[in-house]
Amino acid sequence: MAEHAVNPDHVREHPTWKQYKWVAAILTIITILEVWAYYIPAFVASSAFVPSLLLMSAVKFAIVVMFYMHLKYDHKLFRVLFTGPLVVAAATLVALVFLLATWIR
Amino acid sequence: MTSHAAAAEGHAHEHHYTTTGLDNRKVAIWSFIGSECMLFASLISTYLIYKGRSVVGPLPHETWTDPSTGAVFKPILNIPITSASTFVLLMSSLAMVLALAAVENKDKPLPANAGWWDRQLASSKLWLWCTCILGATFLGFQAFEFTSFVHEGLTLRRNLFGSSFFTLTGFHGAHVTVGVIWLGSLLAIDYKRGLRPSDTLMVDIAALYWHFVDVVWIAIFTLVYLIK
Repeated sequence: MAEHAVNPDHVREHPTWKQYKWVAAILTIITILEVWAYYIPAFVASSAFVPSLLLMSAVKFAIVVMFYMHLKYDHKLFRVLFTGPLVVAAATLVALVFLLATWIR
Repeated sequence: MTSHAAAAEGHAHEHHYTTTGLDNRKVAIWSFIGSECMLFASLISTYLIYKGRSVVGPLPHETWTDPSTGAVFKPILNIPITSASTFVLLMSSLAMVLALAAVENKDKPLPANAGWWDRQLASSKLWLWCTCILGATFLGFQAFEFTSFVHEGLTLRRNLFGSSFFTLTGFHGAHVTVGVIWLGSLLAIDYKRGLRPSDTLMVDIAALYWHFVDVVWIAIFTLVYLIK
């Protein structure tokens, strides 16, 4: 019983202060790029606008989850607990938007 | 049962370890965050489905003229203000990881040549204060935005955009408010008895919640504010 119950070694190595600083800098740069893209009318009118914004947002999301939430360094069960519902939620979102947006029209 | 095993069991009860070897509080917060993903996905879906279907203004990105009164409503979203609040929330996440690192490393002695900055970096109170203040600043931005929208004629009942927008961002704001109160309670503990490395998990759980609120905003900022 005891060998199952006590395992305090699940806390892995975390990023250093320098890595945190770099993560913050990258997040800031991506945010600036997103807002910059919003103010370029030619780019907004192009078909690349929405995919590029979604990509930048996804990169920011992944960076925060991996480095700030330590999911990159933590136990795989936590990855499953987070990515499982996230995939279901994202699939539901995409399905609902496509189905209902078409249906309401 | 040996005395070692008995001691281990007592330790296990104190720290709530599960059969996976993981603390059940951390398993619980990740499960909670997973369920919250679904909540926000439903709110974002609702917003996106109703996007562009409002029959009266104000509208998010387009000018709208009321045909009966001739009143002109400008695009209502204020991107510069929201960009600033997004930056504030991102920086609050940085402050939160530094607060966690400060608690985690509290027992480690500073190097002999540690300067003023190194000592500040090791202060959990400083970083918790920073996170709290940045979170409250974000809420201030949101209160300003909501107030100005109401003054410009956009209310929860005005049109589909207003209903779905206020519901989505209001839910997010409520989560930020809970986070600020949670951080305030950690600060109170830090002042009362001092947060120790043994409290790392307690701070880690609050940090996970705070970062989740941040990643939700990353999605909202792009899907609601930037994509026209």
